Amino acid sequence: MSLKRKDLLSLAPLSVEEIRLMLETADSFKEVTGRDIKKVPALRGRTVVNLFFEPSTRTRTSFELAAKRLSADVINFSPSSSSVVKGETLLDTARNIEAMQADIIVLRHPSAGAAEALARGVKSSVINAGDGWHEHPTQGLLDLYTIRERGLSFEGLRVAIVGDVAHSRVARSNIHALVKLGAEVRLVGPPTMMPFGVEKLGVGVYYDFDEALRGVQVIMMLRLQLERQGKALFPTIREYARLYGLTGERVKLAEPGVIVMHPGPINRGVEIAPEVADSLSSVILDQVANGVAVRMGILYLLSGAN
Amino acid sequence: MSSGERQAERLVMDAGDIARAVTRIAHEILERNKGVQALGLVGIRTGGVHLAYRLVKRIQEIESASVPIGELDITLYRDDLSLRKEQPVLRKTSVPFDISDRIIVLVDDVLFTGRTIRAAMDGLIDLGRPAEIQLAVLVDRGHRQLPIKANYIGKNLPTSREEKVQVMLEEAGEDDRVVILKP
Repeated sequence: MSLKRKDLLSLAPLSVEEIRLMLETADSFKEVTGRDIKKVPALRGRTVVNLFFEPSTRTRTSFELAAKRLSADVINFSPSSSSVVKGETLLDTARNIEAMQADIIVLRHPSAGAAEALARGVKSSVINAGDGWHEHPTQGLLDLYTIRERGLSFEGLRVAIVGDVAHSRVARSNIHALVKLGAEVRLVGPPTMMPFGVEKLGVGVYYDFDEALRGVQVIMMLRLQLERQGKALFPTIREYARLYGLTGERVKLAEPGVIVMHPGPINRGVEIAPEVADSLSSVILDQVANGVAVRMGILYLLSGAN
Repeated sequence: MSSGERQAERLVMDAGDIARAVTRIAHEILERNKGVQALGLVGIRTGGVHLAYRLVKRIQEIESASVPIGELDITLYRDDLSLRKEQPVLRKTSVPFDISDRIIVLVDDVLFTGRTIRAAMDGLIDLGRPAEIQLAVLVDRGHRQLPIKANYIGKNLPTSREEKVQVMLEEAGEDDRVVILKP
């Protein structure tokens, strides 16, 4: 099968077959990234534009590296240095980029739905690299890839997603994909960080971290957005860390061989203890390495002639 | 099924013919390279991989020496990627030995335009610098579009451009045979 989509905007509408195709395609690129010469000519002559309206080092660099390893030309476009400050709309900015023959636009934007709106307005392929609290599909895919690489199968897999679920696009992408693939997803966090009615997505909701960890094979920690403190979501960082921080003691409550994931950047000593982040259970750096291979796969699959 | 739907199929090699061709090519590879010293076989996915395994097995029986084998997917090196609407499915390349300074025999089932072999050579050179690249094919059907020539050929098969040549192998769940499909 081949991918018949112009864009990758979210994981929610994808079929299981499409997700599997994306993961299998990433396998081929994982092999490429392990070579001495980490470059293939597949996207020669294509132009990829990174259009980032929010600061990001990891995701932008990962996309840039992925595009370069496919031999595409890459342009990084960030609003502070552009005409956006002069009042240009998102669509006008994108149309200008498109007029310069961009084949694929990678968009990071603070508003949910921005990627979708952009995809409707331009002929270029659009990849959502995070839109508000909505989704971050390539992060979700690289998390799935990392789980699969560890030899775990998704059917019946017990996964805990822990932290500020309500404000996390990473959580949303993972929830949609994991539930689709047959995993048992447990969301853990204080009630103030749990989206209303989230059970409808087919997940369990837990407020007690220790209870949620029983039998879990994957622990996915979310970054505590410290800038949100003072907005009545949690009283103090110390209290949050005590209730929802992942310590070495807590890891022992999960299934032996459990893997610990985090989309980064991590707050050491807040949501994750340093000894856990640096332990053998942690696959945080594998996630980063796999991110490049997964994004190469997505760029490749979306690079068909328009 | 009406005759209009079914494509006429003409048998050009049967299981015995394929086995004898593989045996002869194995001998020719050994003769030309004076044994298995510094030799490596790389099959082009998917048909070429099966044939490469058969050749390695035959060489082992003849010479009692093993030859490293790899599998190459050439999709990322194709020259028509930017023209296609949907990108072809990738399969994994796996060449678990260092090809540098080795004599690499590329193996494919059918040699036609030569574009696959061009892509395969590019792919191979990204993995290292072989001392030499040779080419073994089960069928050479002509109609080259690039200046490429095989060193070892199972059978030269005159065809018209419109005909399709299909190599069916046991490994892919078929009875061993080579057929020409008339358009």
